Amino acid sequence: MDSNIALTMRGICMTFPGVKALDNVDFTLKKGEIRALMGENGAGKSTLIKCLTGVNKFEAGEIHVDGIEGPIVNKDTMDAQHKGISTVYQEVNLCPNLSVAENLYIGREPLTRIGTVNRRKMNQMAAQLMKDLDLDIEVTKNLEEYSLALQQMIAIARAVDMESKVLILDEPTSSLDDNEVEKLFGMMKRLRDQGVGIIFVTHFLEQVYAVCDGITVLRNGTLVGEYTVEELPRVKLVAAMMGKDFDDLASIKPEGTMDFSNAPLEIDAKGLSHAGTIKPFDLEIHKGEVVGLTGLLGSGRSELARAIYGADRAQTGTLKVAGQEAKVKSPIDAMNLGMGLLPDDRKAEGIIGDLSVRENIILAMQAKAGIFKKIPMAKQIEIADKYIEMLQIKTASRETLIKRLSGGNQQKAILARWLATNPDFLILDEPTRGIDIGTKTEIQKLVIKLAQEGKSLIFISSEIEEMLRTCNRMAVLRDGAKVGEIDGDDMTQEGVMHAIAGGAAHE
Amino acid sequence: MSNIKKITKMQLFLPIFSMILVMLVNVIYDLASGNAPFGFFSISTQVTSSGNTILYGRLIDILNRGSEVAILAIGMTLVVSASAGTDISVGSVMSLSGGMCCMLLAGYGVTNVSEYACPLWVGIGAGILVAVICGLFNGFLVAYLNIQPMVATLILWSAGRAIGLLLCNSAIVYVRVPSFQFFGSYVGFLPTPILIAAICVLIMALLLKFTALGTFVQSVGINKKAARISGFNSAKIILMCYAICGLCAGIAGITATSRIYSADTNNIGLNMEMDAILAVALGGNSLGGGKFNLAGSIIGAYTIQAITTTLYALGVSSAQAPVFKAIVVILIVVIQAEPVRDYFKKMSAKKAAAKEA
Repeated sequence: MDSNIALTMRGICMTFPGVKALDNVDFTLKKGEIRALMGENGAGKSTLIKCLTGVNKFEAGEIHVDGIEGPIVNKDTMDAQHKGISTVYQEVNLCPNLSVAENLYIGREPLTRIGTVNRRKMNQMAAQLMKDLDLDIEVTKNLEEYSLALQQMIAIARAVDMESKVLILDEPTSSLDDNEVEKLFGMMKRLRDQGVGIIFVTHFLEQVYAVCDGITVLRNGTLVGEYTVEELPRVKLVAAMMGKDFDDLASIKPEGTMDFSNAPLEIDAKGLSHAGTIKPFDLEIHKGEVVGLTGLLGSGRSELARAIYGADRAQTGTLKVAGQEAKVKSPIDAMNLGMGLLPDDRKAEGIIGDLSVRENIILAMQAKAGIFKKIPMAKQIEIADKYIEMLQIKTASRETLIKRLSGGNQQKAILARWLATNPDFLILDEPTRGIDIGTKTEIQKLVIKLAQEGKSLIFISSEIEEMLRTCNRMAVLRDGAKVGEIDGDDMTQEGVMHAIAGGAAHE
Repeated sequence: MSNIKKITKMQLFLPIFSMILVMLVNVIYDLASGNAPFGFFSISTQVTSSGNTILYGRLIDILNRGSEVAILAIGMTLVVSASAGTDISVGSVMSLSGGMCCMLLAGYGVTNVSEYACPLWVGIGAGILVAVICGLFNGFLVAYLNIQPMVATLILWSAGRAIGLLLCNSAIVYVRVPSFQFFGSYVGFLPTPILIAAICVLIMALLLKFTALGTFVQSVGINKKAARISGFNSAKIILMCYAICGLCAGIAGITATSRIYSADTNNIGLNMEMDAILAVALGGNSLGGGKFNLAGSIIGAYTIQAITTTLYALGVSSAQAPVFKAIVVILIVVIQAEPVRDYFKKMSAKKAAAKEA
């Protein structure tokens, strides 16, 4: 093996029931390289990573790691770790109620002579590790006292300290804000300079160009190619991922600003608030209008939407839906008023993992119908098939458990759940997070189509570009309060940035 | 081969397989001891001292004696699914329900009657009602106060039996009226408890088929938060499951009381909560909640009774029976465990590969 290579995978094959997940995939990672692993949902990125870390058992192929003779097969993630392959996932898999040092050395604590944990030594080692990585962290504090970004970095520090040759970062930036992403990138670059090979899985194209040296692209379980960053500019990367040139994203919204002042009000919220999450706000949404909620992470975007929907019951204020005074105490009340909410945390609040795609799609309809009015099986099948076809949900069958689907397809199924209830007002909270670019465009187009059909929507996204493409008007949030609205000519990338930052918003 | 594979993949394969295993032991024993080879399955008729013709046989005995656990297993299945916890009060509530019923039928403080002090339906109604109230109490603690199911139901586990005893003035109350004994004796030639259990199972099966009960309960059990966002009232559904569990405990309690036409509050339903929980587990249901299979639980309930009956048939003394029961349960639970199943899958795959080569 070339001494410059950290990891090679050759001819990896893996089949799930009915689907060839990986077909003869090669992967090479050099020492001191950050390599992006790109592909749409279901392209096989996660499966490849899981084959590497021993979560999945691959059927054919070989894996070689620097410093180990012969091909390796990892029994599980622990085994992989012993061989120098560490993974940090999107969700931080550490214990929030233990100290940072304890988290760093859990399972391999330094011991005293009588066999108890040598806390002093552990804390010293932890502090030294934090210093080496240039992190400003008090190691005796509980993990939960630090932001998600820092927690993620601590997870990385733990992985790196176990003498990793290969570090896998699976969507580490999905829940971080820009500032935090910068910090993470700094850390990644330092590790690269120390000779660690890093595999970076992400959906954010700009991040690939900000930090990576090479790109490996997968599509439908096969290798499209291994490139350097210079060889593959953005447009070509997207084309490689999708296998086609994608539509010009900018052109999905009808030209010109639309005037909604004459359209009837669908939602008229006055002084709604929920203690601790969102201060009193007013919001009007007309029929057929798409209103974006923008602001930094944690600014109260989701919370505002949740207060309208009754997910967090509003404690003050009044809400009028289609001109009628409405009392929304819980989600079912909102649903009966024609609302729907696609929550941002798909796993925690979206999917019912152990139920089938069909059951997940008809779920909200069934909840509305009540326990005694079971939707007849024939109708359930009809509805499920209709939306699987319409939204092109990739699933082995309608009876497949939804947890077996890739993230983007799960999201489509949840979207189908709400479309099936034929809502007048739909709240989409980060509908495109963690979703490949092709599906993203589809969802954006769907939003505009729904609005044209006369439905009102709230659209929440961390990607300003995406909001500009879909929204007619935007409400700006800061520190749990609605601070202004932007429309018309102010709806530009800079205009929004300024408003979020607290500059030129129309207060 | 492919057919065999299909069958082994079925959800109910292992519960049914366990049941058959227990039966097989009986057949082998009968063969070895020179009895009629299928004596276990033979059902004959007998004439009782009162002149009635009734069905008789080990199979009938299992179905009869297993009725209470089967009824409890219905409610327990729902509770486990919706709240990822168990209701350990059901045995105690059975006793309370029987105590309540007999106290009303005999009158407070009276320990032996041959005539009702109040109409039969009032006694039975009150017995079942008090059980449902217990279920609602448990459900309220779990669903609305977020108390862990085992802790919440621990209250009535310890108090239920004691309240029953209090109602009966700390004595065994005998109700020696034929119409009261009916629920624990025979309807025509069939033991009534079999019929009661069958009706309960049938009603629940129909509810699952013709209402969305299954979807509601499982959704809440799998992902409470997501279920709420999709319009389910999780707390209400959990409360309902505990209430149904209480109802089942009440019906089982009346049946058990009627068998001995007396409220022996110290012994009715004793440790039966454990059998009910075990039935759910033997049925291949995860005690972690979520998806459930009612048929599995019911088969599990009768499997437990089959084990007990078999042990008695083999001449194991009632004091020693629990030890053997434990061994059998360990075996059944182990063959159903995921790693063991994976191991067998691998073995058979290897064999198939060896054949091809």
